[in-house]
Amino acid sequence: MNIEWYIVLSALLFATGAMGILIRRSPMVILLCLELMLNAGNLALVAFSRMVGNGQGQIFAVIVMVVAACEVVVGLGLIVAIFRRRLPLNVDDLRELRG
Amino acid sequence: MEAVLFFLAAIGALGGALGVIAMRNPFYSVLALIVHLFSLAALFLLLTSAFVAAAQVVVYAGAVMVLYVFVVAYVGGGGESAWEPIPGQRFLAPLLGIALFVELAVAVLSSSLLALGTDGPDVNAGFGNPAAIGRLLLEKFLLPFEASSILLLLAAVGAIVLASNRRQTS
Repeated sequence: MNIEWYIVLSALLFATGAMGILIRRSPMVILLCLELMLNAGNLALVAFSRMVGNGQGQIFAVIVMVVAACEVVVGLGLIVAIFRRRLPLNVDDLRELRG
Repeated sequence: MEAVLFFLAAIGALGGALGVIAMRNPFYSVLALIVHLFSLAALFLLLTSAFVAAAQVVVYAGAVMVLYVFVVAYVGGGGESAWEPIPGQRFLAPLLGIALFVELAVAVLSSSLLALGTDGPDVNAGFGNPAAIGRLLLEKFLLPFEASSILLLLAAVGAIVLASNRRQTS
C-alpha cells in the first residue's frame, strides 16, 4: 500500500476526533476524542517513519503514547474530582473559567 | 493481500472512531475506542513496526481502557442534555470536520514529498522490532526517555492529588 493511503486515513481519523470534540459535551467522551486525535497523529508518525525507512518516527510515536497516558490519568482524575464535588459532568455547565 | 488487510483495518479504525462520537452511553464509546485501537495496531503491523503495535495493544487497549472503564463505572454514564449553547452546533461541527479533513488531505497530497506515492524503501527484517526500538531509545533518545519517565511520575502524583478525598480548606 502507498504511504499516501495511511496519511489520508490519519487525516480522516484526526478530523473525526475534532468533530467529536465539537459535538459531544461529556468530558469523558471529549477525552476519548482527544485519544482519537493523538492516535491519528501516531499513525502519521509511523507511516512517515516507514516512508523514510528510519525507526526514529516510531520513537516519536512511543513518546506520544506516554504523553497520552499522562493526559488520560490527569483528565480522569479531574473528572473524578468534579464528580465528587457534585458538579455537573457537562462542559457547557462548567464555565466558571470562561473569560 | 496487503490491500485487503489495509482496508479491513481502515474500516475498523474509522468505524470505531465514528462509534466513539455517535454512542450515547460513554461505556459503548469506550468499547468502540477499543475496536479502533486494535485496528490501528493492525495498521502499525502493516507498516512493519511491531513494537509500536504491541505497545498500542498492551498500553492502550489494556491499561488505559481499563482505567476508562473503571471511571465510567464509577461516575455512571448519564445522557447528555439536548440544549445547545450555539444554535446548529450539531450540524456546523461535521461541516468543520469535513473542512479540516479536506484541508489536511490537500496539504499532504500536494506536498513535494516524492516518497509519498511509494511503499517506502525496502527495510531489513529487524526494522521496528523491540531490539531496534530499544537501541534507539537508550542510545540516541536517552534524554526524552528519561524526561518521559519524570512526566509519568508527575502525572501519577497529580492524579492522586486531584482525586484524593481530602476536605477543602477554605
